[in-house]
Amino acid sequence: MASVESSSAKFRQNPFQRNWLVTGAWLVLAGYLVFSFNAMGLSWERFVHGLGIADELMARMFPPNFSRWELLLSGLAESMEIAIIASVVGIFLSLFFGLFAARNLMPNWVTVPTRGFIALCRTFHPVIIAILFVKSVGFGALAGILTLIVASIGFIAKLFAEAIEEISLKQVEAIRATGAGFMSLILFSVMPQVFSRFIGFATYQLDSNLRNSTMVGIVGAGGLGGTLFSAFQRFDYDFVAAILISIIALIMLGEVLSNVVRKIFN
Amino acid sequence: MNTVNYHWQRFTLAERLSRYGVYLVLVMALVMSIQTVEVIPEFFFDAPEQMADLFTRMWPIDFAYYPITVHGAMIETLNIATLGTLLTLIFALPLALMNANNVVASAWSQWIARFFLVSSRSVNSLVWALIFVAIFGPGILAGVLAIAFRSVGFVGKLLGEAIENINMGPVEAIRATGAPWLSVLLKGYWPQVMPAFFSIILFRWDINVRESAVLGLVGAGGIGVVINDAMNLFEWQRVSMALLAIFVVVILAEIVVVNIRKRLI
Amino acid sequence: MTSAQAHLETSPLLEIKGLDKEYTPGKPILKSIDITIVESGIVAIIGPSGTGKSTLLRCINRLIEPTAGQIIFDNSDLCKAKGQQLRKLRRQVGMVFQEYNLVERLTVIENVLTGRLGYMSSLDAWRRRFSQQDINTAFELLDAVGLAEHAKERADSLSGGQRQRVGIARAVMQNPQILLADEPTSSLDPKTAVEIMELLERFSKQKNIPALVNIHDVTLASRFAKRIIGMSDGKVVYDGSPDAITDDHLKKIYGGESWLV
Repeated sequence: MASVESSSAKFRQNPFQRNWLVTGAWLVLAGYLVFSFNAMGLSWERFVHGLGIADELMARMFPPNFSRWELLLSGLAESMEIAIIASVVGIFLSLFFGLFAARNLMPNWVTVPTRGFIALCRTFHPVIIAILFVKSVGFGALAGILTLIVASIGFIAKLFAEAIEEISLKQVEAIRATGAGFMSLILFSVMPQVFSRFIGFATYQLDSNLRNSTMVGIVGAGGLGGTLFSAFQRFDYDFVAAILISIIALIMLGEVLSNVVRKIFN
Repeated sequence: MNTVNYHWQRFTLAERLSRYGVYLVLVMALVMSIQTVEVIPEFFFDAPEQMADLFTRMWPIDFAYYPITVHGAMIETLNIATLGTLLTLIFALPLALMNANNVVASAWSQWIARFFLVSSRSVNSLVWALIFVAIFGPGILAGVLAIAFRSVGFVGKLLGEAIENINMGPVEAIRATGAPWLSVLLKGYWPQVMPAFFSIILFRWDINVRESAVLGLVGAGGIGVVINDAMNLFEWQRVSMALLAIFVVVILAEIVVVNIRKRLI
Repeated sequence: MTSAQAHLETSPLLEIKGLDKEYTPGKPILKSIDITIVESGIVAIIGPSGTGKSTLLRCINRLIEPTAGQIIFDNSDLCKAKGQQLRKLRRQVGMVFQEYNLVERLTVIENVLTGRLGYMSSLDAWRRRFSQQDINTAFELLDAVGLAEHAKERADSLSGGQRQRVGIARAVMQNPQILLADEPTSSLDPKTAVEIMELLERFSKQKNIPALVNIHDVTLASRFAKRIIGMSDGKVVYDGSPDAITDDHLKKIYGGESWLV
C-alpha cells in the first residue's frame, strides 16, 4: 500500500520541470545583450537620429541614377570576367586538391600538407587576401582573380574532400578487384558517388565568386566594387543605388544559371 | 554464328547536347574573359617576387603591438559577430516562417519573404557596412547592423528549409487538440527544428567572426580598423600581428563550434 | 601419355603455401594456410564467422596484404607482385561480394562493363571507349543471368538477388581464370541463394575455371561443391569431398552441438 502511494506521489511531480542549465544560459544571453547595447553607446536618441539620416539616404538613393551606365557596364563586365576566370581555374584545381586531401584514398604524407594548404586558403576573409594580393601584384583584376581562386579552393576542395571521405568503400573495393588502374578506380568508383555533389559545390562557389568579385574592388582588386566605393566617397548615392541594383540583378542571373547547370549534370 | 552488335551509349542525345552546351558556354566565357580582362603581363610574372617582398616586410611579427590595440579590437570584433548573429534572429525567424511552405501557406507571403532573403544575401556584408557607416557613422553599431542584415538571408533561407523538412505528423496532432497557433509552433515545430536551428546559428556565427574582422576596413569597428590604420602607415609587422590574431581567433571559434555541436546536437 | 597423367602433370591453377595474416601482431587470423586447387568447379570454404574466410579470399587477390606466405597463380607469386603486374594478375581473378558492391549510381550494363577496366587504359576508361566486342559480351552476360531487360536501369533500383547476378556478370566479364565469391548468398533468401549458386556452378563449368566460394550454409555447400574446405580458428581442418563430412568434422569446425540437426 505504502509503495503504491509513494509511486503515485512521484507521478504528481511536474514532468515539465525547468531545466536550470538552459534557463541560466538564456539569462546570461539576455544580460549580454543588454550590456552590449549599452556599451555600444546605442541610446534611443542616437537610434532615432540614425533613422532620420537613413531616411535622407533613401531619398537621395532614389531614383537610381543610371546615367553613367558605361562606367557601370565596364565595372560589371570586369567583375564577371574576374568571377569566371577565377571560378574555372579554382574549380579545376579544387578537383585535384580535394582528391589529394581525402584521407580514405591517399596516404598521410599527401593528405596532411594538402589539408593544411586548404585550411590556409579558408582562414582569411577574401578581402584580406585581396589586400595582400593588391599590395603584391598591384591594383586591378589580377589581384581579384588570384584572391577568388584562393577562396574557391578553400571552399570547394574542403567540401569535396569531406564528400569523398563519406563514400562507400565497398564500391571502391569491387573496382580494385577487377585490376583497374588508379585513374580508372577514381573514375568508376569514387566519381559516380561524388560528382553531383561536386557540381553543387562548384555552382555555389561560382555564385559566391560573382558576389565577391563585386566586393574585392573596394580594396582595389578590380571590378564593380571600386566604382561602388568611389561613388560612396563622393556621396553619389543615386549612383550607388544603380550599382547595387545591377549587382543584385547579376547575382540573381547567376543563381538561375547555376540551377540550370545543376540539373544538366545531375 | 549469330553476331548481334549491341548498342550502348552513356547519355541520350539530349543529355549530350546539353552537357556539351554547358562546356561550350564555359569555354567561350573563359576565352572572352581572358581576352578582355585587363591584366598587365609584367605584373603577372612579377607576382611571386612581389609577394615574397611583401612577406619579408611582414616578418618578424610585432608582438608588442598586441596588448596596445589588437586585443581590444579582437574583443570588439567578437562582439560584433555575436551581437550581429543574435540580431539576425529577430528578422530571420519571421522571414523563415513566412518562407516555409508548411507554415504560412500563401504564395504571396513566400514571395515577399524570398525577396527580402535574396536581397539580404546579394549585398555583401562589406557593402552593408558602407551603407550603415553612412547612416550611423563609423563605429561598432554599423558593424553589428551590417552583420545582422547580411546574415538574415543566410539564416532565413536555411531555417526555412529546415522547417519544411520536418515531419508534419506531430504538428497535425497538436493542431487537432485545438491549441492556439503559437502553441502549435512551440510544441509542434520547434522541437523538431531545434537541432537544425542551433546548427545554423553556430555555422553563421563562425562565418560572421571572419566577416566582422574585415568590416573595420570601411570603418565599422573591430580589428579591421587596426589593419587599415597599420596599412596606411606601412607598418606591415603590425598588420601581420593583427592577421595572426584573426587566425588564432578563427581557429578557436571553430573549436568552440565543433565542441558545442558535439554536446548539443 | 594418358590424359590422366597429362592432367597430373599440369601445374595447379592456384597454390597457396604457408599463408599467414595478422591484423594485430601476435594475433594471427590465418595460420599457415596450405591449399592447392587443381580442377575447375566449386570449392566451398566453410567455417564460423571470424575464422578468416573473408581474409583468405581477399589475400588471394591482394585486397588485403598477407603477412607471410606465397600465392602462386599464373606462374607468378601474387604476394610479390607490384604495380602493373599485380593488376594484370588481379584482372584474372573475378570476385563476387557479399554485399554485391555495385557502383550504385551507374547503370546495370555499366557495372558489368567495369569488369573490363583491368584491360583498358585509363584514358579509354574515362572516355568510356569500350570495344564493340566488350559491349556485346556484356549484353550477352546480362542475358545469361536473366537481367537483359534491366540493362539501362540504375544499379540501386534492383533487388538483392538481381544485384548479385550483376555482380557475377561483372566478375565473369573479366574473363577470369578463377572466381572468388565471399559469402555471395548470405544476404539473400533461400530460393535466391540457390539461384546464385546455380549461376556460379554454371559459369564455373562453362569457363572451366575453379570457383572458391565462402559459404556458411553447409547444406548449400554440400549440394553444389565438389570439394569442401573447412576452416576453424584460422587453420584448415578439413579438405575433401562433401560426402565424407561427418558430424565430428562439423563439430571440429563450428564447435558446439546444438545447431546440428
